Amino acid sequence: MRAGVLGELMTPEAMVAAIVGLRARGYRRIDAFSPYPVHGAEEAAEMKRSRIDWIVFPFALAGAGAAYLLQWYCNAFDYPLNVGGRPLHSAPAFIPITFEMGVLTAAIVGLIVYFALTGLPELWSPVFEVEGFERASIDRFWVGVDAGDPRFDRAAVEQALVELGAARVAWAGPRWAP
Amino acid sequence: MSETETAALTSSATPPLAPLLLGHPTDAELTHQLISPVWTPRSRPAWLAAFGVAALGTTLLLYAVTVTVWKGIGVWGNNIPVAWAFGIINFVWWIGIGHAGTFISAILLLLEQRWRTSINRFTEAMTLFAVVQAGLFPLLHLGRPWFFYWLVPYPATMQAWPNFRSALPWDAAAVFTYFTVSLVFWYLGLLPDLAKLRDAAPGRTRRMIYGIFALGFRGSLEQHRHYRLLYGLLAGLATPLVLSVHSIVSADFAITLVPSWHSTIFPPFFVAGAIFSGFAMVVTLLVPIRRIFGLENVITLRHLDNLAKMMLVTSWIVIYSYLIEDFIAWYSGSPYEKYQFFVARPFAPGSMVFWTMQVCNILVPQLLWWRRVRASPGLLVVIAVLVNVGMWSERFVIIVLSLQRDYLPSSWADYAPTRVDIALFVGTMGFFMLLFLAFLRLFPFIPVAEVAELSHELRAEEKV
Repeated sequence: MRAGVLGELMTPEAMVAAIVGLRARGYRRIDAFSPYPVHGAEEAAEMKRSRIDWIVFPFALAGAGAAYLLQWYCNAFDYPLNVGGRPLHSAPAFIPITFEMGVLTAAIVGLIVYFALTGLPELWSPVFEVEGFERASIDRFWVGVDAGDPRFDRAAVEQALVELGAARVAWAGPRWAP
Repeated sequence: MSETETAALTSSATPPLAPLLLGHPTDAELTHQLISPVWTPRSRPAWLAAFGVAALGTTLLLYAVTVTVWKGIGVWGNNIPVAWAFGIINFVWWIGIGHAGTFISAILLLLEQRWRTSINRFTEAMTLFAVVQAGLFPLLHLGRPWFFYWLVPYPATMQAWPNFRSALPWDAAAVFTYFTVSLVFWYLGLLPDLAKLRDAAPGRTRRMIYGIFALGFRGSLEQHRHYRLLYGLLAGLATPLVLSVHSIVSADFAITLVPSWHSTIFPPFFVAGAIFSGFAMVVTLLVPIRRIFGLENVITLRHLDNLAKMMLVTSWIVIYSYLIEDFIAWYSGSPYEKYQFFVARPFAPGSMVFWTMQVCNILVPQLLWWRRVRASPGLLVVIAVLVNVGMWSERFVIIVLSLQRDYLPSSWADYAPTRVDIALFVGTMGFFMLLFLAFLRLFPFIPVAEVAELSHELRAEEKV
């Protein structure tokens, strides 16, 4: 969230209720910050299941395939070396490294894709400037509406958050904004 | 599952299970308790003393590594026919210890075992540091460790490639992958807690340092949504990985023709032994730390009980493997196999180690059948240390005793480690301790976010 209005809630249940309430009021660009994943929050915000697995899968296959191909190229094609008369292209012997490289690629690509999707590393974000936001990682639950929401109106969102039980409401983002 | 449900599931004869969390701390209290060791160390003199011992051990390691690299691996005790000895024993032992860490953090996550929550960070760190020690040994055993990159297929001026039909490049790939994936998994798990450290840090310097490592994680919906999936995905990847690593290590043995090594039981046998010794190491480290840091409310007797049961189960898989090995040796009709299992191991030089293994791996774990033993942290540590001794002895028996007595009696020779061998082994224990103690001081070793989530879930269930 680059700019928007945030409200502080005390419990995860209140956070989910606030998300539901904001959606009922027609807001679509809702974000929430919590110390741990809250059950039902993503469903309440009508977010779909993460697609990381499907993004990573082809990379894992490519990593494994490249490893197999490389072993074949080294030992069967470029420099065929007869070791005890064993077949040069011996698939079973190439499987372990193929598997390991598939797993390795998947793990590393998974981390990179995660960073790409969530915009990390981002050491500073406007939300960090909000007073009391440091407790979002300890025991407070913050819900907010992005200023880019088509129905965004600062006063109305603040009003809605208070109605939904926010203990305090704050503006995150540049000072000159609405 | 609520207390009443738990009680209903366990039969009326057995008392209900101990809870996973004691008391009803608020999120703030829980977070405070779990991250406070990072700001205010407990029992400073004891920690300093332990750190001093660990630093001494690390110095010893540096010395032994220097001697080995300077003079060459002739300073080790291994020679033909016992060409693999301490180097490979310690490699297998250390990497095996790492396996329980991955088992707890990945396999138990997929099996939705909640008791893993309090201890997974800790055991993942154990895995990482154990793999570091393990990797050292094959590296030094190369003889010229500065040419380690010859294991990687790169277009060299020598115009030769590694032979991938040998199990040794598999090993390099497996250990490297294992270390990297464990590191990614551990760091990803640490991310929310690093954010907590950033937000709760008492000073600007520490806030900046932890802030940099936290990468700006702020627990937004988007970050949590992808996080949960990726964490599960990595657990799914780590699960076959952990089974593959020790299987590949065992392939180093199984593809040879040495009597007692050339056997298809080796991969499962090694994996079971690895997890067995790993759980023993978890108990060895966990019990003192729980006591020192006063964590009886998050690491309850239930956790220790479960760990003890895992040790008991894996000990039986290991015992079963011993029996099958003996049976196959007899059934094969091969005089070399029969000699190895029924004469060389129990009676040849070094048979003391064989008998130590029998006692520590077969008899000692049977004490865990008693609930009282499982509920006594002191006894558990004693048993766990003995299991570690037993598992180290097992690798000694497999490697040294087999190589001492292979086919030709004219080539038989006995083995004795040198001082450098022993210094290297003791030194890696010191280095392991050093890394572990530093970890305990710098990071929350109980995953705060996960425990807070669990605490919230347990509270919600109690209300229902």
